[in-house]
Amino acid sequence: MTAVEPMTAVEIAAAVKSGRRSARSVVDDHLSAIEAGEAEVHAFNLVAAEQARTRAGQIDAAVAAGIDPGPLAGVPVALKDNLCTRGLATTCSSRILDGWIPPYDATVVERLHDAGAVFVGKTNMDEFAMGSSTENSAFGPTRNPCDPSRVPGGSSGGSAAAVAAGFAPVALGTDTGGSIRQPAALCGVVGVKPTYGLVSRYGLVAFASSLDQIGPFAATVADAAAVLDAISGPDGRDSTSIAAPQPPVSDTLDDGVDGLRIGVLAELSGDGIAPDVASGLRAAVGALESAGARVARASVPAAAYGLSAYYLIAPAEASSNLARYDGVRYGLRVDAQSTPEMNTATRSAGFGEEVKRRIMIGTYALSAGYYDAYYGKAQKVRTLIIDDFASVWEEFDLLVSPTSPTTAFSLGERTADPMAMYMSDVCTVPVNLTGQAAVSVPYGVGEDGLPVGVQILAPALGEPVMFRAAAVLEASL
Amino acid sequence: MGQQRITRAECAHVAALARLELTDEELERFAAQLDELLDHVAEVEALDVEGLAPTMHALPIANVLRPDVPGEVLDRDEVMAAAPLAEDGQFRVPPVLGEAP
Repeated sequence: MTAVEPMTAVEIAAAVKSGRRSARSVVDDHLSAIEAGEAEVHAFNLVAAEQARTRAGQIDAAVAAGIDPGPLAGVPVALKDNLCTRGLATTCSSRILDGWIPPYDATVVERLHDAGAVFVGKTNMDEFAMGSSTENSAFGPTRNPCDPSRVPGGSSGGSAAAVAAGFAPVALGTDTGGSIRQPAALCGVVGVKPTYGLVSRYGLVAFASSLDQIGPFAATVADAAAVLDAISGPDGRDSTSIAAPQPPVSDTLDDGVDGLRIGVLAELSGDGIAPDVASGLRAAVGALESAGARVARASVPAAAYGLSAYYLIAPAEASSNLARYDGVRYGLRVDAQSTPEMNTATRSAGFGEEVKRRIMIGTYALSAGYYDAYYGKAQKVRTLIIDDFASVWEEFDLLVSPTSPTTAFSLGERTADPMAMYMSDVCTVPVNLTGQAAVSVPYGVGEDGLPVGVQILAPALGEPVMFRAAAVLEASL
Repeated sequence: MGQQRITRAECAHVAALARLELTDEELERFAAQLDELLDHVAEVEALDVEGLAPTMHALPIANVLRPDVPGEVLDRDEVMAAAPLAEDGQFRVPPVLGEAP
């Protein structure tokens, strides 16, 4: 797929800092890989080649002047197109944000910049992060670099594909119901959904605010750790950001899993899981046992209701968040005789089908007469799921399950059937409802030769232990 | 499937609340799809969650405050430049009430 010498982000930063490689040559290599492969993959909505070269030049100048450019010196990074970038169009793959240039950077963008990263572009996604295949984009689908007839997963499919194709060693995505972990699994890369509040959401275009988290994609566990360490931490501009600084996950990556208690999450590992995915999970469990972990079956009965609660709560929050797209302050406006008619004409022309469907579900679940039966009930089920997980964390340090019930499916396979598409998220949504951390680690391939992902779940702020287990799985392959 | 939960008329009402104009074909399709989703989530209706408090968000935090000091704000001209139509530092829209001019 790519002519880029497969250097990891950690290797690139070390080489650039020591002067063995120039940031400019690193970014040029990746831009060449993009030029060669992008027509087939379509990972990007925008490739910022000139800006990336200029930034790389600044990094090289800093190194020449004896200044340390930071832990990600010269590392090319792809950003999901729902993260605000000052002066660079941010579309959420929606026509409704047509022409919008953000007047500010997201906190994560600022932090990566300050760490020495070089942004190569904005990646394609399901419109407003609603989808599991990156087919719901106003700019056309992204294809899976492992097999272009398959979807890359979604909604952060462009970011996952960019890393899998070697367009960038690392990328940022967002995960509201699995939108980092599921595409990571389908593209064979590492994808992290951090604890809610660990990473600032300032400058992330909101989908479902109580569930959204930003996190890294990477080819290796150590690279994912380096990016997470660079973007996490308190931020006064996000009132839901966790105030206490957390220890870096990179420091304890090699500490192993000897003596850890790991549960196989029964409710997410049985019915509906494809046999080849289940066998990948079994192999991973074997590797963790060999490394000294004590593995047993774990049951979180309410996790089985995660998908139902999620598909009421997330659309409800989305219908409220997306009310801001009214044709007044930014993006598209379709003219009409009155403001209410202009609002309706703009929204009807600007939103795609899946976004309209979610707004309809959410508006219905919040409407008079149905609020208690649907949204109110789902919020209580969310409490039930949190309580059930709390009990299981008394017995286990980590849990494992498949990330996705199947390997990558074909383009078009699930687009006509929203429920079939929604089922793609069955293993990933409980973690968003509880605010916990999880990571998808590639673990072998299925019968079709496509990647299988194993999900490791940790309690809130359990990232250091979670990354130790991820590193053990990676090393066992 | 069971009894239909959402009629086409109800679907049109919800669309109006959400400021969406749907075609007849979209109304038909969304009504059927919403119905299917509500059938699926019916499993939560049957759950006994009496006495449980609703969860709005998963973090145990409330009333986050910051010191009341002026900080940096976005540049007004830059923000207004993103608007479809602006005049004298204000967003310009068609009439909100009454007859169009």
